[in-house]
Amino acid sequence: MTATDLPTDVEALIGVGQYEQDGEFPVERGYIWTSCASVENGNPLFWDDDLAAKLTGGPIAMPTMLSLWFRPHHWAPGRTEQALPLQVHFDLKERFDLPEAVMTDNTIVFYEPVRPGDRLRTRQVLQSVSAPKTTKLGTGRFWVIDVEYRNQDGELVGIESYTGFGYRRGAS
Amino acid sequence: MSAATDSLTVDQVTVGQALPPLSCDVTATTIVLGALAARDWRPMHHDHDFAVNRNGTRDIFMNTPNQAAWFERYLTDWSGPKGRLGRMTFRMKGSVFPGDTMVLAGTVTEVGTDGAGCGWATVDVELTVGGDIKTTCSARLALPMTDDDNPWTRTGDQWQP
Repeated sequence: MTATDLPTDVEALIGVGQYEQDGEFPVERGYIWTSCASVENGNPLFWDDDLAAKLTGGPIAMPTMLSLWFRPHHWAPGRTEQALPLQVHFDLKERFDLPEAVMTDNTIVFYEPVRPGDRLRTRQVLQSVSAPKTTKLGTGRFWVIDVEYRNQDGELVGIESYTGFGYRRGAS
Repeated sequence: MSAATDSLTVDQVTVGQALPPLSCDVTATTIVLGALAARDWRPMHHDHDFAVNRNGTRDIFMNTPNQAAWFERYLTDWSGPKGRLGRMTFRMKGSVFPGDTMVLAGTVTEVGTDGAGCGWATVDVELTVGGDIKTTCSARLALPMTDDDNPWTRTGDQWQP
């Protein structure tokens, strides 16, 4: 579909960074080791500092831990509410009045390694919204949302790309 | 080069090559440890009663970030520490529960070199339980061109994941 088929307020959001957020805590090694232990990952990059210095210029986190650094503490003093992860997804459900949604694909692209002590920052970018489509689930729209992660130096460390389908059951 | 840095080089990899399968007997501890390691506090990953009576699943089940970590471990067990993940795409088809024996099995589907001279292998991995596919993952993994090469040194335009 062409961009002009979209409502202008939605079209205006495409390619625009939203919900910029700092991680609640710096990247730390305890979580790296716990994550390795959870899957019995013996990659020496995460356990042997001399090897990490030689290959990666120092310790790094498992690349697949990318989103972990933005999951909030289970409790924090004085906290009232916070933006949902993938808030743009929920915004689109509401904007198009689509009560149901599923995520169909999830792609992660890895750039600069994440290192202990890094303070990461994230933002959500709507990449596309389809014309109305009917699937076996119902009628709705597909959308692609990128979640970008950068370190304290502004270097891109990764992008998670989610394809969602918001829909209304039984509509045709 | 020490044994610890031994890694596959791209010339040792061919399309159609099968990776050695990895089998894991999943317990409640596997699920809970994986969820908490990923800072995922949602109850369906640690509270049996919630999972069964609120979510309608047969038990607590493995969360997506922990599955990603299993795929990463599987791929770098094969490649060695110089193997550097560039990209992973998942498709979830079913859940993994305590008592399941999950098996990860991968096949190389592409091998090549990019414009910056970096070697790459694409590996399609299936996570199955009892032969049923629960998750599929297609991963693009950078591999050294030679024993002296190291994909981790690539940055900026030299890293094209």
